[in-house]
Amino acid sequence: MIRAFGYNEFLFLLSAVQWTLMLSVIAFIGGGIVGLVVALGRTSDVKPLRWLSTGYIQIFQGTPLLMQLFLVFFGATVIGIDMSPWVAAAVGLTLNTSAFLGEIWRGCIQSVPRGQWEAASSLGLRYPGLMRYVILPQAVKVAVPPTVGYLVQVIKGTSLAAIIGFVELTRAGQIVNNATFQPFLVFGIVAAIYFALCWPLSLLSQRLEARYAAPSR
Amino acid sequence: MTYDFQFDAVFASWDYLLDGAWLTVRLSFGAMAIGLVVAILCALGKTSGPRPVRWLINAYIEVIRNTPFLVQIFLIFFGLPTVGLRLSPDMAAMIAMVVNVGAYATEIIRAGIESIHKGQIEAGLALGLRPLQIFRYIVLKPALRTVYPALTSQFILLMLSSSVVSAISADELTSVANNIQSQTFRSFEIYIVVTGIYLVLALMFSALFAGIYRLAFAYTIDRR
Repeated sequence: MIRAFGYNEFLFLLSAVQWTLMLSVIAFIGGGIVGLVVALGRTSDVKPLRWLSTGYIQIFQGTPLLMQLFLVFFGATVIGIDMSPWVAAAVGLTLNTSAFLGEIWRGCIQSVPRGQWEAASSLGLRYPGLMRYVILPQAVKVAVPPTVGYLVQVIKGTSLAAIIGFVELTRAGQIVNNATFQPFLVFGIVAAIYFALCWPLSLLSQRLEARYAAPSR
Repeated sequence: MTYDFQFDAVFASWDYLLDGAWLTVRLSFGAMAIGLVVAILCALGKTSGPRPVRWLINAYIEVIRNTPFLVQIFLIFFGLPTVGLRLSPDMAAMIAMVVNVGAYATEIIRAGIESIHKGQIEAGLALGLRPLQIFRYIVLKPALRTVYPALTSQFILLMLSSSVVSAISADELTSVANNIQSQTFRSFEIYIVVTGIYLVLALMFSALFAGIYRLAFAYTIDRR
């Protein structure tokens, strides 16, 4: 039975936005925490740590996000956990985000001039203090624009959770389209909602980049 | 942990997987080639076109970069037939990939074009080169050389994101994996093997791009 696209269908799409946002926030926070560890490992003086984090980044950047989601979803069954699509999507997106943020932040940490490291260690600061009081505060300044920009990728990435069956915005669009069969209208609205979420972040990232780039040049 | 891994089912369909991987490679290279042309034209339009053209290209770039690839695929595959344009899944996948990579590559190439010093173009004019020659030899080639790393990593990302076109059942690698999965139920085994194939493809692509760089762009001493 074909239904008309009405107010209720639109509301259904809008209410699915909360799951897209929830997934994005979880992936971003979780990915940020793991990503910081990855970035620290990547810039560490300890060789095995560097290898480990480099391998981690290589694997996640060299394989499709969709495969990563499938592997988490089906891999959980292998180790005997029954994982809902929701948890699988959250875990998969967190891991993926951590690899990309780790690589972005590695660049930011390494952009702090070598003299700062040397000055800090000659003042007697050990690694934790050196990172916390000298390197990271300077790296954060460089990191803000690309991190905000990457948030757009995270939001768009959550759409793949639709393929493993989690009902977020894209899956909601598929459901509504199956009932109304107005693909242009339905996916047009879905795209417009994503655009409304992502575009302000893109603009913000560009503006921050322009602001931070100016004084350092 | 008592899971019994069975890879036989996966390796039994080895040729089927290779077919899928081959289509992934063809789709990726096709989309790269056409996308590159689209991007060069759009970058040219954006840097030196009239205002309405610049505005249109900007809108194209912003819309594509701020919406998910999956939604773009759905719009093309399900949306276009409603206006009378029937597409096979493979064709729709190809169009979606071109449209998507075109937007990203435009921004990359535009940055390259803007990095060309104005004096270079003036020098070309003074040497009596025609506008097309100036664009080809003085603007485009050095611009592509400058942005080559960014451009090729975008192409690798395109190859990886082509797995998403399995959502409309184009017969590429991920779709093949889904089909084998639904026949054999060895989900984890099949997806770990296919993930490995993608990783190998990504490494092969980056080796190939490094080779192309050496052939096409290693004509001066790197000043950086």
